Amino acid sequence: MKVAVIKYNAGNIYSVVHGLNRLGIEPNVTDSIEEIQYSDCVIFPGQGEASKTMNYLTSHKLDTVIKGLKQPVLGICIGMQLMCSHSEEGNTTCLDIFDIPVKRFIPPKRSFKIPHMGWDTLNEMESPLFANIKENSYVYFIHSYYVPVNKYTIAQNDYILPFSAALHKDNFYATQFHPEKSGKIGEHILQNFLDIAKEQC
Amino acid sequence: MSLAKRIIPCLDVKDGQTVKGTNFINLRQAGDPVELGKKYSDDNADELVFLDITATHEKRKTFTDMVRRVAAKVSIPFTVGGGINELKDVDIMLNAGADKVSINSASVRNPQLIDEIALHFGSQVCVVAIDAKLEDDGIWYCYLNGGRIKTERKLFEWAKEVSDRGAGEILFTSMNHDGVKHGYANDALKKLSTTLPIPIIASGGAGCMQDFKDTFTLGESDAALAASVFHYNEIKIPELKQYLKNEGINVRI
Repeated sequence: MKVAVIKYNAGNIYSVVHGLNRLGIEPNVTDSIEEIQYSDCVIFPGQGEASKTMNYLTSHKLDTVIKGLKQPVLGICIGMQLMCSHSEEGNTTCLDIFDIPVKRFIPPKRSFKIPHMGWDTLNEMESPLFANIKENSYVYFIHSYYVPVNKYTIAQNDYILPFSAALHKDNFYATQFHPEKSGKIGEHILQNFLDIAKEQC
Repeated sequence: MSLAKRIIPCLDVKDGQTVKGTNFINLRQAGDPVELGKKYSDDNADELVFLDITATHEKRKTFTDMVRRVAAKVSIPFTVGGGINELKDVDIMLNAGADKVSINSASVRNPQLIDEIALHFGSQVCVVAIDAKLEDDGIWYCYLNGGRIKTERKLFEWAKEVSDRGAGEILFTSMNHDGVKHGYANDALKKLSTTLPIPIIASGGAGCMQDFKDTFTLGESDAALAASVFHYNEIKIPELKQYLKNEGINVRI
């Protein structure tokens, strides 16, 4: 199976590559439009700031490419946020795959720190992406902006308020947390995504 | 709230080997950093910190290679520190696979570096380590170069500035408590944790399991870092986490 990891100006792209390597997959890290389009599944990872990463995608024509993909796509962290309609981070117009805006956490009191950083739980999972993952499993989050719970939400976490830990629409999947940094649970979720992709090959 | 309190083993690395100092001197050997990191990850440690305590230019490549090998093997987040003086150093470490960088002396000499890291890579990448000592005048003073150089900077003022400049976390080491194994500096930690909007990592002083509980409750720390108690197997992480859970602390098991 050909797995493409989109190469762009976000940080931490290689951690997902290492995560895939540990599952026996050697992905193709690429910004080539053809290579992305002809892969069996695509991972859109990273950590970064919304407006800078979005500008890069637009200037490299990757925005229309990502939106037009028909194979399974997994967005991770900033990847997921860029797949939404708009982000309050840098007042950025995003890809609008999920027509839901990304908002900044507003802490109501001191006990909530921003960024939401560390291991937190997965709840109300409803997707093959979470096959055999138990309620309240811990995964690693690191973010200051969030996607509200909406019709595409397939897993939730509650920090300040319930928000989307994962989204799904058609061939597009996305996680706010980092499966590649979430130990064995995270590897299992990445494997689930690869299994979804395999079925559609 | 379900956000778990984090347990973070710290590996001081010199010439590719882990070491741990008692009160910052008298180093002892404690194993291969990559193997040790993998073991801690398998034991359910929440994050790892690798500090390059030689950080001379000649040895820098050895450390970068080690970071690469850790990233390939370990599936939990890790922070690297030591010898990070400019944006270019941060870029090298992140490219090698580190999730965060910890800066200490460089941030005191050039506070603007914190703003630059936050701007270029995001606050979440930037951990500012502060070594401080409570002196006879009742004031916590910040120290540089692994505790060798005293500055006139005061802990709480500096911590506030660091947070305002965009640091994602503060790793506070009490030099009074480090290596003594009688618990963390919970009074100072509580003050940091309740006055600043960013997570505080407690460092220096862990000797027994109750010390961890105390820093999460009395000190209100978000994470607790320790080295020798883990390296010499005096505390096993799975047992520590079970203990904390039984004591009502929210941890990832």
